[in-house]
Amino acid sequence: MLHLPVLKSKDRDFQLAENPPTEDHHEALLELEKDGEIIVQRVTGPYIEVQTKFGRTKKIPVEKTWHHKSCGQCGHIPGYSTSIFWLNRALGLDYLDPKDQTSCTAWNYYASATSNPAAQAAVAIRNFASAYETGYFPIIHCATSFGHYKEVRQQLIHHPELRAQVRKILARLGKKLVIPEEIVHYSEWVYAMRDRIAERQVIDMSHITATVHPACHYHKLIEEDAIYTPEVYGAQRTAIITGVLNALGVNVADYSTWFDCCGFGFRHILVSRDFSRSFAVQRKIEVMIEEANPDLTVTHDTGCVTTLDQSQFAGKAHGKKVGLPVMADSQVAALAMGAHPYKVLQLHWHNTDNKAFLEKIGIDTEKTWAEFEASVQRLKDGSKQYLTWEDVG
Amino acid sequence: MGLDLSYNKYSSVSLEEKERLFEEVKSDMRYQDHALYGCYECGICVAACPSARFYDFSPRVIAQAAAREDADLMYTLMNDSVWDCSQCFSCDRCPRHNSPGTLITIMREVAVRNGLQTARKALEGYGRIIYKIMSTGTQVSPDMLQPNAFPDWGGHVGDIAENLDVWRRALPPETMHTTETSWYVSEKTLIELYLIWHMTGVMDMIKEVDEGLFDILVDVMEERLEEAGYDDVTF
Repeated sequence: MLHLPVLKSKDRDFQLAENPPTEDHHEALLELEKDGEIIVQRVTGPYIEVQTKFGRTKKIPVEKTWHHKSCGQCGHIPGYSTSIFWLNRALGLDYLDPKDQTSCTAWNYYASATSNPAAQAAVAIRNFASAYETGYFPIIHCATSFGHYKEVRQQLIHHPELRAQVRKILARLGKKLVIPEEIVHYSEWVYAMRDRIAERQVIDMSHITATVHPACHYHKLIEEDAIYTPEVYGAQRTAIITGVLNALGVNVADYSTWFDCCGFGFRHILVSRDFSRSFAVQRKIEVMIEEANPDLTVTHDTGCVTTLDQSQFAGKAHGKKVGLPVMADSQVAALAMGAHPYKVLQLHWHNTDNKAFLEKIGIDTEKTWAEFEASVQRLKDGSKQYLTWEDVG
Repeated sequence: MGLDLSYNKYSSVSLEEKERLFEEVKSDMRYQDHALYGCYECGICVAACPSARFYDFSPRVIAQAAAREDADLMYTLMNDSVWDCSQCFSCDRCPRHNSPGTLITIMREVAVRNGLQTARKALEGYGRIIYKIMSTGTQVSPDMLQPNAFPDWGGHVGDIAENLDVWRRALPPETMHTTETSWYVSEKTLIELYLIWHMTGVMDMIKEVDEGLFDILVDVMEERLEEAGYDDVTF
């Protein structure tokens, strides 16, 4: 019998192909700009260069960022967005939290199909044009918005009739057809800033084990643009989250269903939640616990935090192996830098009990919760109307 | 009950009608761009698909029906299968570079545009979501967190609902003190969004699947648009 040598995947040295299999959107955008079709918003301030899936260079702006917020983050897990802003402030960086921003409205695209490419492109470009008018560079908080805007960019590049339609709509709104040279997800910014965050780390996390869930709409939906590096899983998986946790000293543990989605499903999380719950618990949480026994799981999208966190309550009722805290990378990074678990991370909006994790990294949960409640009391008794950044430290 | 692919269920619908709808799918720019190149029948899309694990659902069946130009089967799938898709795009892993997820997005839109009964049913209970996003510019608002809406999320939803106003005011970003929207959206921005809905045919799509919702949206938008000086909101 002939025995051929078998190279195990862990021993393979991943090499990028010389010619990326995808088109370079940078070139396509500049070509369209040269023809007077669009305006390309450049990263003008300081930036950090990273590598995308097929070896192209991507610029991640450090500051002067226009924060395209996420509905689900701001609405249901507000400490997610608050932590992103807190990191910018703690690092002394200039940013803008705009009121001239709508959701990407992809709920009406991926969930109910009550929209169409022209509407979606017009919504995206209206937001991009608003950012351009301020001189700040857009940074997208939601992975679905990030993925969807990449789809929109691709459609606009290839369809002159769509460009013409969107240009006409935008003209009626008094805006230009602007596309940024990079579409940047906030977790890419956290990744790019990981060394600066680690320099300011005050909470030791070296005894913590975490699993990572990369969001589908970040690395599957238009796979171009996602960050990869040979240092993280030999560039076989996206580097975001894992790269940040590595920098913070967290032990990142692998599990076999890492590629699976979280079970969010858009329409399912709202009107067919039995599917979302079952998938999140059986294909993600239980597998993570059985295979890696982590202290928490970390992800980087609205739907993923929601589904993985909220689904565990029903899983517990069914006797499933659950009880794994779920946080966003921005929250873990802020926590490592000393952010307050309730005033900044707003962990009381999360479902699965995270006190054991917090205590394990030395945070007194009773004391910090009492501090939060004391702040809230000032709002209740009318001595303050709102808490401000100065109030939360 | 499993998916009935026997061609019997919709035999009363003419083949011409099924072909008309399939032509509408094929004429979409996204279909022509990259939705379908052929099928190796390797099953990678099914292996990666979350919905395939819990429903009688297969992105491969949909891709193959389209590749074979089987308008009859496509009609069945457009009615009884596409709404199970999770829209995660795990199926984009296809080695033939198909995007079954994109194909399904198109099929859903065709179903909505043509007011198919199954699309109306799939969107039952979804009207408030569409209303929220189209009328306010944000979705998943804080005030949606009510115990009766999310009983399977446990008692903490009740805690949030009880403390909603004060917990929102405890958020340091000033844009996030809102309860009915996820963040504060300016009036001017909202008007611009309404104009986009009108100018791109989205209002017509809503009318096709939910006339009651359409009427409510028109009422909400009309006043604001008129106040802003927009009497004509079409091209």
